[in-house]
Amino acid sequence: MQIKESSEIYDVIIVGSGAGGGMATKQLADAGLNVAVVEAGPFFDPADPKTMNQLKWNYESPRRGANTTRAFGEFDAAYGGWEIEGEPYTREPGTEFDWFRSHMLGGRTNHWGRISLRFGPKDFKGKTRDGHGEDWPIGYEDVKPYYDKVDKLIGVFGTNEGLENDPDGFFLPPPKPRLHEIFYINGAKKAGIPTIPGRLSMLTKRINTERGVCFYCGQCSRSCSVYADFSSGSCLIFPAQKSGGRIKLYVNCVVREVTTNEEGKATGVSYISKDDRKEYKLRGKVVVLAASACSSARILLNSKSKQHPNGLGNSSDLVGKYLHDSTGASRAAFVPALMNRKVSYNEDGVGSNHVYSPWWGDNSKLDFPRGYHIEVGGGMKMPGYGFSFNPNEFNKFFGLKVGGYGDSLRDDVKKYYGSVLGIAGRGEGIARKENYCEIDPTTVDQFGIPVLKFNYKWSEFEKNQAKHMQDTFEEIFHNIGAEPLGEKPGKDRDYGLEAPGRIIHEVGTTRMGNDPKTSVTNKFNQLHDVDNVFIVDAGPFTSQADKNCTWTILALSWRASDYIIEQLKQQNI
Amino acid sequence: MDRRKSIKSIILGGVAGGLAINGCKPGTEGEAGAAEALVQEEKHFGRTPEEKELLKKLHAEQFFNEHEMATLGVLCALILPANGTYGSATDAGVPDFIEFMAKDIPAYQTPLQGGLMWLDHKSNKDYGVEFKTATEAQQKEILDAIAFPDKENPTYEQQFFSLIRNLTVTGYYTSKEGIEDLGYKGNSPNVWDGVPEDVLAKHGKSYDPEWLAKCVDQSKRNEMAEWDDEGNLLT
Repeated sequence: MQIKESSEIYDVIIVGSGAGGGMATKQLADAGLNVAVVEAGPFFDPADPKTMNQLKWNYESPRRGANTTRAFGEFDAAYGGWEIEGEPYTREPGTEFDWFRSHMLGGRTNHWGRISLRFGPKDFKGKTRDGHGEDWPIGYEDVKPYYDKVDKLIGVFGTNEGLENDPDGFFLPPPKPRLHEIFYINGAKKAGIPTIPGRLSMLTKRINTERGVCFYCGQCSRSCSVYADFSSGSCLIFPAQKSGGRIKLYVNCVVREVTTNEEGKATGVSYISKDDRKEYKLRGKVVVLAASACSSARILLNSKSKQHPNGLGNSSDLVGKYLHDSTGASRAAFVPALMNRKVSYNEDGVGSNHVYSPWWGDNSKLDFPRGYHIEVGGGMKMPGYGFSFNPNEFNKFFGLKVGGYGDSLRDDVKKYYGSVLGIAGRGEGIARKENYCEIDPTTVDQFGIPVLKFNYKWSEFEKNQAKHMQDTFEEIFHNIGAEPLGEKPGKDRDYGLEAPGRIIHEVGTTRMGNDPKTSVTNKFNQLHDVDNVFIVDAGPFTSQADKNCTWTILALSWRASDYIIEQLKQQNI
Repeated sequence: MDRRKSIKSIILGGVAGGLAINGCKPGTEGEAGAAEALVQEEKHFGRTPEEKELLKKLHAEQFFNEHEMATLGVLCALILPANGTYGSATDAGVPDFIEFMAKDIPAYQTPLQGGLMWLDHKSNKDYGVEFKTATEAQQKEILDAIAFPDKENPTYEQQFFSLIRNLTVTGYYTSKEGIEDLGYKGNSPNVWDGVPEDVLAKHGKSYDPEWLAKCVDQSKRNEMAEWDDEGNLLT
């Protein structure tokens, strides 16, 4: 077969267009470099009416928003899901991992919760703190200037609270709490848990003339048509194009591997076009992988050559290892004090919590080494598929009959509308070598590319943490007179701990470090083995934190981009 | 509609209501008489080609037969009948919604179809008529026996009723009429400025003044953000 090769040699080829790829595109194109962005999915602009879901009513769809085709409901912006037809992945029997992929320009930034938390000083030095995992080769002081710049470039609301491990930043003012959030704040306070305004990348105030200001529809998961929330296309790639950047977008192109020359240096990538199912090659001086932690590991492992027989950048045999996701557990409760609500006002707010509780505990006194933060959900939401299933189930708390039919059901629905409070914990799991993804030699996808096989088990630490979450949730519910719903998940269900991957914060597969024997990338996200290949997704995270990973991906991608520009200038790569 | 213009109008909040209804596609309303399936396909949802294909396929199929659809019409109107202000679930198009969901989630098919047959069986046995033609009193007598499920071990008849009741209620409250009935005020451009005083008072809550002082001053939302070097917002 003849593989068509581009004649143009790009300065940089960026694989993937999510948070990491978008930021690299913006910084490298703004610096005048000639950039190719290769994205597995189609073009997507949140402002295009043809693909816009925002402000649609559920009755405009025959399935009323049910999640038949999209895991988070049919109006969710992500093209993809836990399973993608023709692009399987496998699991080692007896282990778990669920992998959410979104193939489109902007990737998962189009639908995420926009919770934008900086890692704190302690988060970069976990091993020093408690002996578990590994320290990062960099500290908060290295990343802080980039967090500051990301805050200003993209916009994030929040408040400066002077907390040691939840650093201050350049925040836009937060929205006021909603009614159920006031209940949460009070209940948490009684339990000794501090709550502060949420930190979300949504514009509550103008930061430039290109992007709109939030109009509080609560639908960030559908991607914002006025660009009032952060998504990679609207905030990074399109602005870079607009300001005259040389950016060529290759959409619907699935990268198979990084190509290398006799000296083992990267020469570009090979990809399969979804349009004609043929293989092509792109040539570039520098390759930046930003396909997501697991997809970038897959590309590296599939990039085998005489010079790199174990896969690219894999002399340490650590590509794919130390895979770890955030922990997650949740519980919902019925709040009698939130019954019979006035529906006189629009309570949609922004598309995620206006308040949250950063980790407050002292792990040295607990049976798990790392913390978690608490997110809150509830309110008078737009009815969608599943609304008021079991409309009067809460009758049981009053000794009333459950069930029935007739006009009285309308009263039941209104009586209980907006009376449920949900609480979720999102915590840090320990990065462990035993948790990994690797190439499954027995399975290929529809493009003939060998797929990933996952092997992941939670340890007792994460399970103990989930137990602590459940006890905490119950205490908060008790404090506000709420009735927890369903059985409290016990040991037999790992205390409700979600399967690895479910929180969609997977990191660590190409972890950074100073020693090429114990890490894949150096402190500038550069492969130890090949100096013209960089990884700017969450793969290089040495450890997670009790934070969401996106803001750190953005900061580190910007930092790596500055380094690439400098190295190119000095002709080092 | 021109993209920049549509962004602008949403920012200003002017035509957003119209946008939501027309899907920003001029002419959609004018194409009267087109098959419903076609109209559905024409509507924009950011759907992928595969998702559009699935919709087209489901719209081309009919799961319930005429008798079953008529029975659903009677049943849904018993579950949520018309009152002085609003029509019944059937008036709001719920039987068509259930027909679609049975195709969309095939696991519903057997319990729904079997449940409807059981209704006729029971009605025939007790009253010598199919459920849909029984008197309202007879219909209610049948439903009363299955509408309050056993907590531990609900029977299949009770499970059928719970399923059809759930679909009826969700179908109604996601319809245009149901949303109006419920009184939901969102899904439209808004400027959130906190819970109204009367609502706070009703629930015995108040805002912490210290917290409020940190929150956005909505009168300055369109002023460009500027900070000092310490991250204090100046505007």
